[in-house]
Amino acid sequence: MGAQIRVYRQKIASTTSMQKIFKAMELIAASRIGKARTRVAASLPYANAITRAVSAVSSQSEIEHPLTTEPEQIRRAAVVVMTSDRGLAGAYSASILKQAQSLTELLRADGKEVRHYLVGRKAQAYFDFRSLSYEQVWTGGTDAPAFEVAREIGDAVLADFNTAYEEGGVDEIHVVYTRFKSMVTQEPTVIRLLPLEVVEEEAVSESDLLPLYEYEPEPEQVLDALLPRYIESRIFAAMLQSAASELAARQRAMKSAGDNASDLIKKYTRLRNNARQAEITQELTEIVGGADALSAS
Amino acid sequence: MANEAAELEVEIVAADHFVWSGAATLVKARTAEGEIGILPGHSPVLAILAPGELGINPVNGERINVTVDGGFFSVDSNRVVIVADNATVNDLATA
Repeated sequence: MGAQIRVYRQKIASTTSMQKIFKAMELIAASRIGKARTRVAASLPYANAITRAVSAVSSQSEIEHPLTTEPEQIRRAAVVVMTSDRGLAGAYSASILKQAQSLTELLRADGKEVRHYLVGRKAQAYFDFRSLSYEQVWTGGTDAPAFEVAREIGDAVLADFNTAYEEGGVDEIHVVYTRFKSMVTQEPTVIRLLPLEVVEEEAVSESDLLPLYEYEPEPEQVLDALLPRYIESRIFAAMLQSAASELAARQRAMKSAGDNASDLIKKYTRLRNNARQAEITQELTEIVGGADALSAS
Repeated sequence: MANEAAELEVEIVAADHFVWSGAATLVKARTAEGEIGILPGHSPVLAILAPGELGINPVNGERINVTVDGGFFSVDSNRVVIVADNATVNDLATA
């Protein structure tokens, strides 16, 4: 009897301490989201400027550049998968991996070989556990990505892209990341980085039309210098969005974990009170029963 | 062109942050081929920046020097966008 009360007490104590952890993690995630969103906003001017310039060069000058021309045949594709380093973020990493998996299947169905580049320990663990091969992995700092890492990833995929297929290069590059739409919705998204799909924005007014630039030195060289930066900036933007999404997902997951913990505590407290009452009742019955037996004798 | 707004709208952005923006009368930059000075009414240019210093003469205040380590800049209709990998303002006036 007493044992039951003790079990409930232990459960209440452990759930309470877990609840404290959930609360703390929720608060940490919440406080970091603001910063992550600011960083997303801070990277926008650069991304916009670079996108505009790349659009200008590639749409106006009819230059043949390996980065802008579509290969006749795509035989191998690189997929960059951006997950988190740590768990406790609900379905965040799982949905990215699911998206990556379906993209891989799609590419394989088209007869392309797929090569993976992973960001985040969760992706690494997933691939290791299934003994799937991957090219390269970057871990650490997925919740606060550094531009240097984006540059490394950009360099790595570009190097493979610039290698011929016969020598083990890739013909196209995809990125799977989580787009931060709002605090409540984050969407696993796939973008194709290369070959370039420069999105032609509709010119709303006269000033939005891209001017005829003069290039210095030559358009080819300008494009040579611009494209790696463009790729880096796209990858960096994807990493920042993923980081914000990760934190938002973690905050939500921790919020519901905390809520569940308080529900459990409530339930266990009731059960504990029941058990205590039962014990008291039984003790009383025993005393009354004992007294009755004594007086009857 | 020449009698239009006689100032440049300058914006300097680095990879992960915004550096400086404001109106200026002259922007001096170093490209891969040499120095280029941009005055209001300059024709559209897209050029690669060489690592080094940029000089900006703002409409109000002292000349601003910005150290960049590569990047590019674009000029169109009096709008100068300097996109640097990394940029620091060596602003003696307000430092």
